[in-house]
Amino acid sequence: MEEIIKEVVIGEQEEYVINMGPQHPSTHGVLRLVVSLKGEIVKNVEPHIGYIHRGIEKMCESITYTQIIHLTDRMDYLSAMMNNEAVCLAVEKALEVEIPDRIKIIRTIMSELSRIQSHQLFWASFGMDLGGQTCFFYGLRDREKVLDIFEETTGGRMIVSYNCPGGLMYDIHPNFRKRVKEFIKYFRGVLWEYDAILTGNVIFRERSIGIGTLSLEDAISYGITGPSGRASGFSCDIRKHEPYSAYDRVQFNEVLYNEGDTYHRYLARIEEMRESMSIIDQLIDNIPEGPYFVKMKPVIKLPEGEYFQRVETARGELDVFIISDGNKNPYRVKFRSPNFVNLGVLNHITKDFKIADLIAIAGSLDFVIPDIDR
Amino acid sequence: MNSIIQYFKEITQGVGSLLRGMQVTNRYFFSPGKIVTQKYPDNRKDLVMFERFKGEVVMPHNEKNEHKCTGCGICEINCPNGTIEVISKTIITEDGKKKRIIDKHIYRLGMCTFCALCVKTCPSNALAFSQEFEHAVFNRALLIKTLNKPGSQLMKGVE
Repeated sequence: MEEIIKEVVIGEQEEYVINMGPQHPSTHGVLRLVVSLKGEIVKNVEPHIGYIHRGIEKMCESITYTQIIHLTDRMDYLSAMMNNEAVCLAVEKALEVEIPDRIKIIRTIMSELSRIQSHQLFWASFGMDLGGQTCFFYGLRDREKVLDIFEETTGGRMIVSYNCPGGLMYDIHPNFRKRVKEFIKYFRGVLWEYDAILTGNVIFRERSIGIGTLSLEDAISYGITGPSGRASGFSCDIRKHEPYSAYDRVQFNEVLYNEGDTYHRYLARIEEMRESMSIIDQLIDNIPEGPYFVKMKPVIKLPEGEYFQRVETARGELDVFIISDGNKNPYRVKFRSPNFVNLGVLNHITKDFKIADLIAIAGSLDFVIPDIDR
Repeated sequence: MNSIIQYFKEITQGVGSLLRGMQVTNRYFFSPGKIVTQKYPDNRKDLVMFERFKGEVVMPHNEKNEHKCTGCGICEINCPNGTIEVISKTIITEDGKKKRIIDKHIYRLGMCTFCALCVKTCPSNALAFSQEFEHAVFNRALLIKTLNKPGSQLMKGVE
């Protein structure tokens, strides 16, 4: 009898280690979190990654610059347009190609549409993680309309492969303008439902306000970018600080909060959808006529040197670094993916919260696992 | 006393916020006209995909069983992962000249990433995307397809 009691006491003092994932619905993919628990309190979270590593950076070294584009689709599949754009901008910068306004504006509209659909899916899955099944259906209902726009113009829904070095793969579909305007009008009309269902909900607020607080200093030192960083007050929007494509000619606000908790990371994304819609509003009527691509050589060879481009995806800052030795294949390609860096802060902000809060915090950082592993 | 008032206030506010969410769902419950879901396997006959939809790569043939593929192999070079293999053969034409024509245009659907580079770069527009999207088969070997039909010829006027 004494021995049993002794064991129980020891068990309470020791940390209990469980595996969350790799097949767990709320890790949104094959991420494995090794969680050390003391009772219900999280003491340590150790992410184990690599379950979906495909070696994209290495594969880039053996294919041409036009072929790299289709691999970038498969990193962060929810911001495929921005990933494509990053490589295209780097290649165009290296070749010093002048890109016409039409291409720039179409690229910007497409990027913003993809940001909206990414945040819609965030809202849908975040609601579901916290127990609101309804959110998932409502979010996907609206996301379908953006995917239809993509499908009509590019032929793909998520895997778009739309940008190519020197311009776009296809011209916009004749219905594009009409459909985008219809969508913006429709989405402005239903965005209040998002607030009514989830933002104001008492259960959601209790579970998210004050949970997983990330201070400004930590956000900067961990390099947290995107809406998660801006919720902590870290002004890191590449669209503002280093405008590319047509972002220098539109007016929009950088969404900033100072609280840095789960609730504000969520709010930042809802507000970004509104900002994205206002960017599209400013550009959709001003698409000039002209060609949709610049004539390039059949085999693109970059001059010897190093090229770097930053873009703002739906989750943060994506950097592309290309080293060329003058051949048709790059010598080395490095992607700084936002999700990989954002994952690093998970242990820091979940410490001493309950295990149920771990789901909420990981959900609010909005991971896309293929982008972590690449 | 104050804390009791606060306690009941929080309860009423909480219930209010839940009711507001219910209001939205009830609105859709009582107006089924706004429902957007499709009954997919049942509406198969009148389901129309977008014209640019990337289903699978096909080689369009005309009614005389002629295609436009010259067997140049540009699609094979541009394909990032070896999905396409062009096997060509040399024949001697009627006027005694040697000519290289296509024997088999092999397309491995199981490997295709739908990047559209083959369709885009083909100099004679011989390839296109079909609207077919139900690709599931029971045997993996069925995913390796030969795009040129048996007995087909090169369309006249295409070099």
